Amino acid sequence: MKPAPFKYVAAETVEEAVAALGEHGDEAKVLAGGQSLVPLMNLRLATPGVLVDVNRIAELSGVRANGNLEIGAVTRQAAIERSAEARAAAPLIVEALRHVAHPPIRSRGTIGGTVAHADPAAEIPAVLLALGGEVVARGPGGERTIPADELFQGYFTTALQPDELLTSVRFPAQGPGARTALQEVARKQADFALAGAVVAANVGDDGTCESARIVLFGVADRPLRAPGAEEAVTSRSLADVAVLADAAQSAAAGIDPTGDAHASAEYRKEVAGVLVRRALTTVAEGGVRA
Amino acid sequence: MSVQDRLVEGEIVVRLTVNGEERRGIAEPRLLLVDFLRHELGLTGTHVGCEQGVCGACSIRLDGELVRSCLLFAVQAEGSSIETVEGLAPGEDLHPIQQAYHEQHGLQCGFCTPGLLLATVDLLERNTSPSEQEIRDYLAGNICRCTGYVGVVAAVQEAARKLEAGGS
Repeated sequence: MKPAPFKYVAAETVEEAVAALGEHGDEAKVLAGGQSLVPLMNLRLATPGVLVDVNRIAELSGVRANGNLEIGAVTRQAAIERSAEARAAAPLIVEALRHVAHPPIRSRGTIGGTVAHADPAAEIPAVLLALGGEVVARGPGGERTIPADELFQGYFTTALQPDELLTSVRFPAQGPGARTALQEVARKQADFALAGAVVAANVGDDGTCESARIVLFGVADRPLRAPGAEEAVTSRSLADVAVLADAAQSAAAGIDPTGDAHASAEYRKEVAGVLVRRALTTVAEGGVRA
Repeated sequence: MSVQDRLVEGEIVVRLTVNGEERRGIAEPRLLLVDFLRHELGLTGTHVGCEQGVCGACSIRLDGELVRSCLLFAVQAEGSSIETVEGLAPGEDLHPIQQAYHEQHGLQCGFCTPGLLLATVDLLERNTSPSEQEIRDYLAGNICRCTGYVGVVAAVQEAARKLEAGGS
């Protein structure tokens, strides 16, 4: 189908975009890569009255590694995959992007878009949560940062206000003991995950897990931390299969996924635990490398 | 001019470069780039399949990047440079990639072919000798319901050999 009529404006600066969003309120939508929004518009599931195009705002593009890794909201996913800085600072992001749709989608799709869209089965929101990242947003009242722990509030819902523009996504610097992994099950390459798990852990020289953030995706209305699994591995050796089994069981026990045509609730629950175990195994073996 | 004054409500002129040629046409904001190419510029080589970014039939290159032209509005393409299937063969002779698809039975009905050809151009520009797995991964976003992909993969491998040998 074709999208319903709308008004269009290409903002040249963040200030212009914020002004346009303020002017049109709920009626307006931000157009970044458009790889989620435009299909919804073509299917007429979304019928915004005004699109504020932020693709021409130069300051929103770019990867800056300066201790932490800050990525401009409109930076294309493909550009991040090709960025040596991003790969060195947070190899997990590059690994996760390989699972995000197909190359011609990632060539347009943006990091800010996938975060703001907040699809509960999407990889990057889960990675942001696991790494303890945050986003920067600009609104009429100025700039604020929102930690990932507070950002995701439900199906396709974030703490961003309608008149706020997400301007960058920040991932904290990773120490020498940081090890990360992502595991997911999807029906085919690039499909949304039926279930997935991300682990970001600090591992001591002796293989003891000093701390871990374990996040599940595709199993709830948002990416979800698995506190039981995190507790199960903290101060334990990741070489111990009983520890991993315990974490897997805790992760599965802590969720209540819904079933659909692609996978039943029971399947998702079972697989989530298995994926936590696999991700922890990857971490025990050194994790994702740059 | 303030951002409010630039709000586009009706039809505007969109200027862009298509296959090296300066072109212009009329678009209202909701006109998809693929429909602009087909209906305004008369370039019907790019096909409209699913209109939701899934099938890959409308794949083109925008400023050197492989994109879905059903997920872009024509007004966004102002000032950009676009490559479509019409730009592949300069004259009577097929482009080496087209020739390889022809020889290796990389198509049957041809509906998905323009998108696959552009995806192949893009892949071989980034990776001159991809493995079978790399080819399958890269083209996974282009759906073909005729060939079963065996001929497509063979065509890409053949095209990679031809281009390497030809140095073009």
